Amino acid sequence: MKAMRTVVSLLLVIVTLVPFGCAFAAQDGFTSTYTYNYDYWEDLRESPDAYRVETVLNSSSLGLDVPLNSPQSLYVRNHDIYLCDTGNNRIIQIRREGAVCTVTRIITAIQGSEVAELKTPSDCFVDVNDNIYIADTDNHRIVMVDKDLNFIKEFVKPDDPTFDGVSSFLPSRFVVDSSGRVYVQAKNVNKGLVKFEPDTTFTGFIGANKVVYNLAEYIWRKWFMTKEQRSQTSNFVPTEYKNVYIDNDGFIYATNVAFDEYDLKWDAAYPIRRLNNLGNDILIKNDRYPPIGDLDWVASSSDPAEGPSKFYDITVLDNDVYIALDNTRGRLFGFDSQGIMLWAFGTRNSVDGGFRQAASIEHMGYDLMVLDSLYCTLTIFTPTEYGRLIYEASEQYLRGEYDTSADTWREVLKMNANYNLAYRGIGRSLMRQEDYEQAMYYFEMANDRENYGRAFRYYRKIWVEENLWWVAIIIAALLIVPLIRKRIKIMKWEVEYYEHNHVKKAE
Amino acid sequence: MSTITSRKQSDPAPAVTRSQRIKAGWSRYIASLKYSLHVITHPFDGFWDLVHENRGSLAAANTILVLFLMTRILKLLYTDFQFINSPIQYIDVFEQVASLLLPFLILCIANWAGTTLFDGKGRFKDIYMAMCYALVPYILLQLPLILVSNIITFDEASFYNVLMGISVIWCVFLAFVGLMEVHDYGPLKTIIFLFATVFGACVIIFLLLIFFSLLSDAAGYIVSFVREIVFRLY
Repeated sequence: MKAMRTVVSLLLVIVTLVPFGCAFAAQDGFTSTYTYNYDYWEDLRESPDAYRVETVLNSSSLGLDVPLNSPQSLYVRNHDIYLCDTGNNRIIQIRREGAVCTVTRIITAIQGSEVAELKTPSDCFVDVNDNIYIADTDNHRIVMVDKDLNFIKEFVKPDDPTFDGVSSFLPSRFVVDSSGRVYVQAKNVNKGLVKFEPDTTFTGFIGANKVVYNLAEYIWRKWFMTKEQRSQTSNFVPTEYKNVYIDNDGFIYATNVAFDEYDLKWDAAYPIRRLNNLGNDILIKNDRYPPIGDLDWVASSSDPAEGPSKFYDITVLDNDVYIALDNTRGRLFGFDSQGIMLWAFGTRNSVDGGFRQAASIEHMGYDLMVLDSLYCTLTIFTPTEYGRLIYEASEQYLRGEYDTSADTWREVLKMNANYNLAYRGIGRSLMRQEDYEQAMYYFEMANDRENYGRAFRYYRKIWVEENLWWVAIIIAALLIVPLIRKRIKIMKWEVEYYEHNHVKKAE
Repeated sequence: MSTITSRKQSDPAPAVTRSQRIKAGWSRYIASLKYSLHVITHPFDGFWDLVHENRGSLAAANTILVLFLMTRILKLLYTDFQFINSPIQYIDVFEQVASLLLPFLILCIANWAGTTLFDGKGRFKDIYMAMCYALVPYILLQLPLILVSNIITFDEASFYNVLMGISVIWCVFLAFVGLMEVHDYGPLKTIIFLFATVFGACVIIFLLLIFFSLLSDAAGYIVSFVREIVFRLY
């Protein structure tokens, strides 16, 4: 009796405390989970954190006299972070060693050029020889200086008929390839990326966006608008890229935010592109949906936190994982080289790891750096064990170490049982070990029909070979039994016929 | 039960005993069920005799409809996952049944409502029976296909898909011929009334929606009215 009373009171305590615990757990600052992934049914699945905030740097923690003013862009080379403090006409060079970040240099002017002072620098790039390229936007140039800031050359408005309509050359984002060619996204230029040779000559455009228009709008303009109305609305023009990044293989990743949000899911919007040197998009999309960020959103409205993900920047890790920075909800999306989402995290809330105006992302090894141009903060993320395991497993697979990669995926599954890619990875390894039945289980968990079919074919072959006798007997039975029955029927009929005739004769 | 027996006793042929009647009813049910195999292979004669020669029965039609619904659900649950994209965790059996049964009945009603004004010969019972008998190929092909799906692979899907297509096309053809024979219409008139039926079904659904929304408004009004009174008085 006493024991029962204890049990009952304990239960009561638990029942009263559990709701409190849940309430506290729910008030952690985010409306839903921070890190998540999508399952096969497009449902959002909570996941362990792939990245954690290491530190958030702001003007005071960097020890800057003049606080940051709408910084636009980041660049990372080795251990140096270059931060374009656009509003203050300067570039801040920060050295990161271990977890310590110190400002080593503040670039406001260059030497040996007619125009020395920088004016709204909006992007920069540092090549392997430490030469610095700066998009000096309001000086209408991209200027290249050596590591001591001595002027080398500048890329200015091309003397070309295609630029006749453009009043001034306003480079906003650019990349430089290994041989020194410069690809520029300039404001008011919508023919694609402006391409300069290393000797500063202009050689054309690559990767022009296609013109975006819809049928209804076209018909409306063509037949229902007066000439005056038509001249007042904007023409159908191709859109500009938002940001560019060049990966180790020399392919340019470009993000685009001007698209029809209904085109996203059936892969007609191309928010992320990987351009080859002809300007063709060669991004691999092997998932059910193209890499578009969030799969579920409220249609765009005046609220900036609604609508589809809009990638303001992108960075590519050394293992070909690319990470896109979504400005709509301040989120980061990691995709592997096959276009499969590895994880997503982030929020718009004003907490560490949340962004209001996410402007730029860069990486230093596996660490990620994100610049918020409204909060004027630089957030540094480091991967957790979970995030590291995901990278490790996919790198092992790329190197051909299939069995160790399966073991790593098993570790991932221990932390996140909803991770599709892990099931697929284990399945592929099991199939190589010819354990088809287990492989089928894992492929089914990953909803991978093609590989399941492959494993199933081997499984079926083995099954039929083992049970050949039974199969033969059943097929034979199916064929022979009706034959015998028919034969018996005929015999019966013959007997009756014979008897009938004899009876008649006897009469 | 007693009412039925009393009515039966007033029949002019009282010589039949109860067990004989049950036996006769049962054999008629089996015969009408077997007759569905004749209907799907000889649709023109089959549907005519089904209705005008009294070869079909409502009991058999109901059985076929239930079997059809069961096939549907078994298909969602047991087709190999390579061939069907059904989120098993979200499947609600009652929802699935309702989403098939309601359109089926509404289309039957709409067809009856339309054709009865334009000298269609079929009564509602005839239309319902013909439509149910038209579902037989779906059951006969899809049930084995569930098994087949579990022994073929993703690459061999074309075989599966062809049989799936045949089962549906066969059903649609049977429904068309069935309506033609039941109403004694020509093909053109049948096609016209197929469109009219779809339109009529839309009207019925629209009216139902209005009816239920008005009903819920009225109920809400009464509930809030009572609440207000309770609130004021106590």
